[in-house]
Amino acid sequence: MSASNGKKLTIRSRIDYADFSLDIDNELQLKGVTGLFGPSGGGKSTLLRVIAGLNQNAGGQVSFAETDWQKESLFVPAHKRQVGYVFQDARLFEHLSVAGNLRFALDRSGPGEKNNSFDDVVDALDLHSLLNRGVAKLSGGERQRVAIARTMLSQPELLLLDEPLAALDADRKREIYPTIAALPDRFGVPIIFVSHAVDEMAQLTESVVVLEAGRIVAEASTEKILSRDSLRGSIQAFEAMSVLDVTVVEQLESLHLVRVDHRGQSLAIPSHAGVQNGAALRLLVRAGDVVLATEKPQGLSVRNILSGTITSIDPNPNSAFAVVSVDVDGAVINAQITNQAVQALNLQSGKNVYVLLKAASFDRPGA
Amino acid sequence: MPDLAPLWLSLALAGVTTVVLLILGTPLAWWLAHTSSRIRPVIEAVTALPLVLPPTVLGFYFLIILGPGTTIGNFWVQVTGDALTFSFSGLVVASVVYSLPFMVQPLQSAFESMGRAPLEAAATLRASPLDAFFSVAVPLSRHGFVTAAVLTFAHTIGEFGVVLMVGGNIPGKTRVISIAIYEHVETLNYAAAHWLSAVLLVFAFTVLFLVYALKRRLAIRVG
Repeated sequence: MSASNGKKLTIRSRIDYADFSLDIDNELQLKGVTGLFGPSGGGKSTLLRVIAGLNQNAGGQVSFAETDWQKESLFVPAHKRQVGYVFQDARLFEHLSVAGNLRFALDRSGPGEKNNSFDDVVDALDLHSLLNRGVAKLSGGERQRVAIARTMLSQPELLLLDEPLAALDADRKREIYPTIAALPDRFGVPIIFVSHAVDEMAQLTESVVVLEAGRIVAEASTEKILSRDSLRGSIQAFEAMSVLDVTVVEQLESLHLVRVDHRGQSLAIPSHAGVQNGAALRLLVRAGDVVLATEKPQGLSVRNILSGTITSIDPNPNSAFAVVSVDVDGAVINAQITNQAVQALNLQSGKNVYVLLKAASFDRPGA
Repeated sequence: MPDLAPLWLSLALAGVTTVVLLILGTPLAWWLAHTSSRIRPVIEAVTALPLVLPPTVLGFYFLIILGPGTTIGNFWVQVTGDALTFSFSGLVVASVVYSLPFMVQPLQSAFESMGRAPLEAAATLRASPLDAFFSVAVPLSRHGFVTAAVLTFAHTIGEFGVVLMVGGNIPGKTRVISIAIYEHVETLNYAAAHWLSAVLLVFAFTVLFLVYALKRRLAIRVG
């Protein structure tokens, strides 16, 4: 997705608190938007603070690209690290206007040519109409856009977003997704995006690092991570799911649907305002909402039927369910069905099946 | 109309004390607001002592410590040619200590209520700690600064016991307004006492009125 090549972030750090310890020894290749995912209290924010240099007690090593930020006796203070940090609570300076907040960052971004110009950043985050406003009366979504713009103007080489969408409702989130997703390409900066919300991970990230009890327990593409039933134990209410990247091909206005193309096969999903033909959407399908059939079914209300091939069956020995992965034209769709059904239908790898997706089961896509 | 020199002297003393305390009290308040050091309660107690001790006690110790026979007093005489006791400089030193809590406590609570969050944001925007202090912490704590400066100034104007112990009653040098009023009353010159008291009353009210009026104005964004 991103044009910029991956940059290496090395973290070796151990911090002990009374009831929690963070213990990281990893090299992460950062490209585009990398999700940092895990339960609350798992150390996500602590890890970001270590990277940014806000946690001065953290020993160990933090290196980004070719630069050591801390190593042995070296500790580069936060204000000398080329890292941008967007806080969950935005932390705008209340004594300055929106433009004043932006200029605060620009004025301190060092000499030389500005990679991210004022106009460009204001444009990217659509802040023209807000520039002269005070920050006290901004809405939650506006505050976060200003905070992101302010951080971009400090010309960071790495952008850390600490649950910036946590305070926003679903509609506001959907508005801001494409803006954030476009940042790495537009400004050539990789992003680490922290969240414990599955939909945010699915909509924004290309790869995901899972942090649990202070340790990185998994690191893979977003599709792979979200398809893992194993996360169920650590993430409350987590379900295996699948990510489908589709393109809008037709508006079925009288039906309030849009027809989308998924690798040559067609799906109909509920439409929502502002989705144009040709737009790329990312759909999130919970494995529990997916039905499998060995023959093409007739007389069903389900309209979305894709054909594919089973690639793996992963029974969960502690439950009635198994996750069946189906290859659909190169994409993987996961279905959570009972072990009983697996046996009754004689499902096994290599078998051709039909994947049934109810229109109502699609999470509202972030355009 | 009585001699207004004591009024001007009080204003000069309060002004100099406030400026000196802004310079000395701000870093102390900052440290107290942010440190996790174990000696913090000790320093806080020492800072608050002038609130509790009778001014005569403070004044008595100053008289002992600042006298020309002591190291400090002798040093001062060597450098300036003048003694610290019974001089304006001595009054400033005593007033700085006497009014210390009135500067430090409002500032400390302003810094504490601001918290670290804005400073961390400033740091991630490449502001050095000193830069962040002046460009973020000071404007965000401006109410604290106004309150601290006004309280310090007003408290110094109202000083009596410490001044009497350390400075005595030398016209033009240490006879501040509170001492002048005391002396007028002692000598049964009630007319002059009335005058000075009324001037002080009007002055105090005017300053406080302006501050409260200004405070509302200051609440409006300045950038």
